[in-house]
Amino acid sequence: MSNKTFLAVLVVAMLLFAVAPLMIAWAPYEATMGLVQKIFYFHVPAAMAMFVSAFVCGIASALYLFKRNVRADRWAIAAAELVALFGLVVLISGPLWARKAWGVWWQWDARLTSTLVLWMIFLGYLLLRRYGGPGSDKLSAGMALFGMANVPFVYISVNIWRTVHPTTNVVMTLSPGMRGAFWWCVAAFMLLYVLALAARARLEDQRARLEELYLALDDDLA
Amino acid sequence: MTERPIVGWMVRVIVFVAALAVAAPAPAALVTAPQQAPAGQSEFVPIDELPPAEQLPAAPLLIAAYAVVWVVLLAYVWSLWRRLGVVEKELADVARRIESGQRRA
Amino acid sequence: MNTFFSTAFLVMKKDLTIEVRSREILYTTLFFAVSCVLVFAFSFVRDGRPLEDAAAGILWIAIAFSGTLALGRTFERERHGETLRALMMAPADRPAIYVGKLLGVLAVMATVEAIVVPLVGLMFQAPILARPLLLVALLVTGTFGFAAVGTLFAAMLVRARSRDVLLPVLLYPITVPVIIAGVRGTAALFQADVDEPMARAWIGMLLFFDAVFVTLALWTFEPVMTE
Repeated sequence: MSNKTFLAVLVVAMLLFAVAPLMIAWAPYEATMGLVQKIFYFHVPAAMAMFVSAFVCGIASALYLFKRNVRADRWAIAAAELVALFGLVVLISGPLWARKAWGVWWQWDARLTSTLVLWMIFLGYLLLRRYGGPGSDKLSAGMALFGMANVPFVYISVNIWRTVHPTTNVVMTLSPGMRGAFWWCVAAFMLLYVLALAARARLEDQRARLEELYLALDDDLA
Repeated sequence: MTERPIVGWMVRVIVFVAALAVAAPAPAALVTAPQQAPAGQSEFVPIDELPPAEQLPAAPLLIAAYAVVWVVLLAYVWSLWRRLGVVEKELADVARRIESGQRRA
Repeated sequence: MNTFFSTAFLVMKKDLTIEVRSREILYTTLFFAVSCVLVFAFSFVRDGRPLEDAAAGILWIAIAFSGTLALGRTFERERHGETLRALMMAPADRPAIYVGKLLGVLAVMATVEAIVVPLVGLMFQAPILARPLLLVALLVTGTFGFAAVGTLFAAMLVRARSRDVLLPVLLYPITVPVIIAGVRGTAALFQADVDEPMARAWIGMLLFFDAVFVTLALWTFEPVMTE
């Protein structure tokens, strides 16, 4: 992603985020949950970003593992970090909402448990990369494949099991007032996600270049 | 490294799909088993005004949620910025060292 | 196909031959599993007696913890003897080596469970003989899923730093669904009013996980283990 594209997308994203609070405030309240339901407008887009990122990490890891595409590995690291980031947002905003809506901070139902597990799988990925030493790039790629396989399971868990978490049908049947604000926030989060992914991948690219330069320096001195 | 023919991959995929087909009824069976959790909502019903009892207790939670989201995202952006800055500085350093090394050579 | 299975059996035979002679992994894993059961039994005590409802959970925790130990020790032995490189250099199908190691681990865990399950039955008055076939099916499918992922990760981590702590760190999140299914299924069998359909449903779930995990493991074992 060139610098110009990055800046352009950044400006758009910032505009979306600036207007988002207005759209959220204009949206109607929900009948049973009232004010606290408005957390929905950040909670769900963050969850979508988390799932997308898990897929990106899995696909990039598969490319690295099976096609030896080194650039794919850098995208995989970036995506894994973003799963951890957006996962953190989901796992904090969710319980804050749940405290009011369900009366408890946490429930061990299928959706919450599987989301937590997904998050921890990618935290494991990051720990492995950081502390696993040489060779941990391949190992974590294998790990990411398991993480990616987890995502569909997390998504359909609310539809298969009766859980206290709202089902996926909610997003399909939003009223017009809520629909506008929701998809606006989805757009904002997706743009933010793409920016963060590109920036983080760029950091890995620069680190790789630094490694190469250090090697070249050693060659020169030798 | 032995060549693995396409057939090998196809066999694996077929076995995988077959295993899934065998085990797929399982989640459905679990649904018919008695569940204790109340059903999750399947539709958000909008209303225009808040009933008076609802207003205050939810606000701190809502504000906390949004604050957390902003803080986490901004902290990450800042962390990225810092890490990128460190690497770019080091890159410039090393590039200079290589250049001066080449000039000497 | 023939060479695949014969390779796998050869690897398993090698592991079991060493194990039968030294019995190191078996004894240490067994002792650890029993200690686990005891520690948890003492933790969940009411009126001086262990909680009966805790039996299913404690059983599967003991399986998970002792299984992690067995996995670590199996590959530590390879690393120590530097035989892993020899295995990798052998002109054998890599997935066959994986299956062979998996069968070896399963053999150890089966022996351990054969002792731990009656122990849990004894300590918690759990009706392990109420539906023995279903219980065995649960244990087999659950242990298989756990070991399938565990063998892959333990092999992957053999040359990594901090491998001892990284194995549980990586293994447990991924095998949480297996443990949940195992515990819930076993609890359905241990309760006073045995819930057979529930247990069968969880066995089906475990079969699903086993299929997914083994397929993923077979696909990734080779690229992950090559330099």
